[in-house]
Amino acid sequence: MIENLILQGFQVLLVLVVAPALVGIVRLVKARMLGRRGPGLFQPYRDLNRLLHKEVVIAHNASWLFHVVPYIVFSSIWVAAALVPTYAVGLIFSWSADIIVIIGLLGTARFFLALAGLDIGTAFGGIGTSREMMIASLAEPAMLMIVFTLSLLAQSTQLSSIAHHIMTVDVGLRVSSGLAFLGLIMVAIAENGRIPVDNPDTHLELTMVHEAMILEYSGRHLALIELASALKLTLYLSMLACLFMPWGMADGQMTPLPLAIGVGTYLLKLGFGGVALGLFEVTIAKMRVFRVSDYLNFALMLGLLAALLLFVSRSF
Amino acid sequence: MVLSTVLLLILPLLLAVPLVVPLAGRRWAGPALYGLSFLVCVSLLVLAVAALIAAGQGGVQGGAHLITLPIGIPWIGANFRLDGLSAFFLIVVNLGGAGASLFAIDYGRHEQAPHRVLPFYPLFLAAMNLVVLANDAFVFVFSWELMSVASWFLVVAHHRDPDNRRAGLVYLVMAVLSTQLLIIAYALLSDFGAHLDFETLRLLKPSPLVARMVVVAAVLGAGAKAGLVPLHVWLPLAHPAAPSHVSALMSGVMTKVAIYGLVRILFELNGPPEWQWGAGILALGGVTAVMGVLYALMQHDLKCLLAYHTVENIGIIAIGIGLALAFMANGLGLGAALALTAALFHVLNHSLFKSLLFLGAGAVQTATGERDLEKLGGLIRGMPLTAFCFLIGSAAISALPPLNGFVSEWLVLQAILISPEMPQWSLKFLVPLVGAGLALSAALAAACFVKAFGIAFLGRPRSKAAELAVEGGRFALVAMFALVGACVLAGVLPGFVVDALAPVVDGLVGARLPDQASQPWLTLVATTPERSSYNGLILILFIGLSSSFTAFGIHRLASRRTRAAPAWGCGYPYSSPVTQYSAGSLVQPIRRVFASVVFGATEIVDMPRPGELRPARIELSLNDPVWTMIYWPVVAVVHGAAGFVNRLRDLSIRQYLSLVYAVLILLLVVLALWQ
Repeated sequence: MIENLILQGFQVLLVLVVAPALVGIVRLVKARMLGRRGPGLFQPYRDLNRLLHKEVVIAHNASWLFHVVPYIVFSSIWVAAALVPTYAVGLIFSWSADIIVIIGLLGTARFFLALAGLDIGTAFGGIGTSREMMIASLAEPAMLMIVFTLSLLAQSTQLSSIAHHIMTVDVGLRVSSGLAFLGLIMVAIAENGRIPVDNPDTHLELTMVHEAMILEYSGRHLALIELASALKLTLYLSMLACLFMPWGMADGQMTPLPLAIGVGTYLLKLGFGGVALGLFEVTIAKMRVFRVSDYLNFALMLGLLAALLLFVSRSF
Repeated sequence: MVLSTVLLLILPLLLAVPLVVPLAGRRWAGPALYGLSFLVCVSLLVLAVAALIAAGQGGVQGGAHLITLPIGIPWIGANFRLDGLSAFFLIVVNLGGAGASLFAIDYGRHEQAPHRVLPFYPLFLAAMNLVVLANDAFVFVFSWELMSVASWFLVVAHHRDPDNRRAGLVYLVMAVLSTQLLIIAYALLSDFGAHLDFETLRLLKPSPLVARMVVVAAVLGAGAKAGLVPLHVWLPLAHPAAPSHVSALMSGVMTKVAIYGLVRILFELNGPPEWQWGAGILALGGVTAVMGVLYALMQHDLKCLLAYHTVENIGIIAIGIGLALAFMANGLGLGAALALTAALFHVLNHSLFKSLLFLGAGAVQTATGERDLEKLGGLIRGMPLTAFCFLIGSAAISALPPLNGFVSEWLVLQAILISPEMPQWSLKFLVPLVGAGLALSAALAAACFVKAFGIAFLGRPRSKAAELAVEGGRFALVAMFALVGACVLAGVLPGFVVDALAPVVDGLVGARLPDQASQPWLTLVATTPERSSYNGLILILFIGLSSSFTAFGIHRLASRRTRAAPAWGCGYPYSSPVTQYSAGSLVQPIRRVFASVVFGATEIVDMPRPGELRPARIELSLNDPVWTMIYWPVVAVVHGAAGFVNRLRDLSIRQYLSLVYAVLILLLVVLALWQ
């Protein structure tokens, strides 16, 4: 019991600690590809530390909701990220939230962040909220269709069970999981506000989505929201790793060697994901906001097609 | 014993109707009547909970109480029955009824025409209670019609507004249609009136053809009352027209009574189901869910938005019912139990949060006199408690964990995930599509309530009335907070609700979900723990712990300094609240993506060139396909026929007599051929 709690607690802290580094990797890769030296892997930690120690500047007419939203957003994304299997399957609380609940928790965070965007009553917050909800209304169904596909393959919606299934049963290469993999990557890019859907580095009013929503936040509140978005990126990469590349995760026996292998491979997978994301972002241009619906509809069609194939026959 | 107490408790509601007519003008009449209704509803609620628990312990038949009163049709009397299903719906009715009555003790004070509202309110409550207790077709249809008529009077209470009169007309037409179809359904079921008693009907098995006709009539009849697309047209007109506590009852409770009628007929009275019934209801439910939320997104009137959103939720319930029928026809008991549990859980959830939201809208209307979102804003400052309640209601209805709306959607999704076990090809294609529609409607619902809450309560006030708004009365707040508590409890401890539903579901489909109380950590398990599980309690604990831990840590170790400053408007000192995002502009991206296809939405932007003095204009037009494709053509046909018949008015007496004679001959010929 105590060991199980420690293992779960380790995962809770692990995602929190590696999340800023992941953002650091992406930025570093992008900088190097653009011919700059880049700020180094640990700059996001320094940024967070600086923000945490600054005072908060809040608009005169902010309501109580504006003050609590950063905490709600941060804690619900943290809980969600901590419940996605990272280095081991079947941790003690892994059953308390299946993959649908994880998506729901991300939805809770988005709901409150979108409301915070409307609280001050400037046009910026509104533009961010409005676009974010449009993107979410397309990304969520696409995500759920992908979830359907994977749960039909593994006969379970528990992430641990799906990972266990893929590791133990020879699933082989399937059309449906290939479609779902592509769809999930597309959704992950949209949900995390990366290029080509949104640009996390810009503050140009016509193009921004996520940054516009949080424009009024500063100091510790901003730090929490930044950390939450880093956690969300980590969550999606962990989910991709757990669902499509679960190899190396500790399963069953929780002895030091498999656990060390699990942590090592997890960090490698995250690093690989970060590098790939950085490379992808420098090779593509941001698209117009109203092209995003075509992009996400494509992801939705991939998910729907994969789920339909599995409804027709388990062998696809 | 329990049933007779229940009926005796309904009696004061009926007796209050004539008593309150002469007294309605008195100042104490409203609070006294609503207080009485509240007490009656709470007592009925307690009795219904007891009956549901008894049904769980004593099996289905053991828990059923029967009473026959010597009124109604002479040879069968008036039959009433209280079993698990009735008890569950009795809970739904009286939970909503208690909340609305408590709220109305304060809200009713502002009523301008109390004599048009007070007499019909207890009648409406009593009628809804009687529908779920009815045990013969006559009592059922009679109470159903009583419910329609009483609510119609409440809809046209403020009849001087032409919109309300139009709402009343459309509602009346659709209510008549609904009752006619139900009468047809019961006529077919009862072999044209031979066996009106439900106890006899339960034993009869109609032939497949008759059963299919009953399904069509019952789905359309009950669906018109519940608000299935395309029969929903009256609902967004009528629900907002009534006073807010009545809107809460109509949207939160009356639509559920319609669902009760549907479940009673389809699962119990109509013999064993066929999968085609399920497929039909499933497809209707999917269309209803998506269309309902798209309609709701386009509304700028707070109560209209809530009413349209009811349509979406009825769609979700219909998806559950359709899946349950399809599973049952294929002999998959566990799947049927899961889908029906999900549908009934959503019935309870929707009655809770939709009542809550309508009461919140009522509080907003009392405080500001406005329902138009474009004239609200910033209410969270003047009305922080109402804002909190509305926020929780919005989050619950958007299916966000750890609240209750999420649980029932999660159960529906789990039911969809075991549906590939059904062999029919059309279901294999239909179910994933419906699943995608369900996911789409959940995501759009979140957008819809970001709009409803964000525009009404956040931002800067868009009118003087919104700026000066203050909290309403104490009873109104207590009613809303009670509903908030119920939403949180049902979300965090869903296992108890599922366990309470188990005997009801078992009685209808012959299977039940695994016992939830025996699961470790009060986890909700749909079929097996390996397959899926959800624990709202752990989630809320984790979120609470981690956010308070974070807040404490940051305030202690880092910084707790705060400075107030003007908002940043990119260097432009903003002056007017008009520069904020409005209800219309907030959903503009969604409108462009979805509504241009569904509603043929068009935007005409007229931008004057530099130097021109005329203002810029944007014109938006929406086209409701249901009205243009179904209802307006029907109205045109009726008008045409009426015009034709009008010509017959100018005949001479001889021509009239020959017309009568011809009809008589025709009828005799028909009769001769029939024999």
